[in-house]
Amino acid sequence: MTFRKYLVLAGVTLFAAIGDSFLARGMQQVGNISLQRLPDIVLTILNPWVALGILFLLGFFSAYMTALSWADLTYVLPATSLGYVLLALIAKFLLHEQVTTTRWLGIAMISAGVGFVTQGPALTHHPPHEDEGAPVPEPVGSRMEP
Amino acid sequence: MKHAYTWGAILAIVLASTAGDVLLSRAMKRVGDVGELWRRSGLMTVAGRILRNPSFLLGIFMMAVAFYSLLFALSWADVSLVAPASASLTFVANAIAAKIFLHERVDHRRWMAAVLVAGGVVLLAG
Repeated sequence: MTFRKYLVLAGVTLFAAIGDSFLARGMQQVGNISLQRLPDIVLTILNPWVALGILFLLGFFSAYMTALSWADLTYVLPATSLGYVLLALIAKFLLHEQVTTTRWLGIAMISAGVGFVTQGPALTHHPPHEDEGAPVPEPVGSRMEP
Repeated sequence: MKHAYTWGAILAIVLASTAGDVLLSRAMKRVGDVGELWRRSGLMTVAGRILRNPSFLLGIFMMAVAFYSLLFALSWADVSLVAPASASLTFVANAIAAKIFLHERVDHRRWMAAVLVAGGVVLLAG
């Protein structure tokens, strides 16, 4: 794991949390959309908060795909779950919501989970013979590096 | 009946988003390290290789199914039940699916992480 890879994981976490917050704020301004007027949902992207939220979620998706290209799913998912913690902290310090003891306990459990998984290796190394039926990934090797 | 619809929809969310995550992860492992590939062959090669991957397209489709199942679940039950239930079950389902379908080495450390995060999500929503 290089510094650049930790930055990508941080990107997954931050973009998802920020994107969700912007979407939530935008949808509160837009108000309820009834099933009868479902096509109105298309117009919600005209709300600047919703548009900004979608932009951040596109950033999240690119960072998530990048992370999955060099790390296991069971590494990326827990490692980026700090976003839940971040949302709770934003709620407390920026939106001045009440964070209960139960929630602090939840934050502690998620943080412990993140600590556990990031101590271990990021990628399972498969011996080459294991995947025989499947096409071998096109090599992206250090051999080509100058 | 309301209960059956709610938990049926939650089950659909968990299954669809787990299938989506596994397919996307498989696709990206086939594509290879995106950073290296970008440096070597440029952005268009990266985008082309990702978009031509059938697992990627199927993965996106499953994510869409998960999203619409979520909307359906939300029309039957409160977000305070649906969101944490589906998120935390998805963490555990992903660990099982990654072990079976992606042959990832899910050791004690990763099981602990999946269970702790799943529990933490439930408490956060409580």
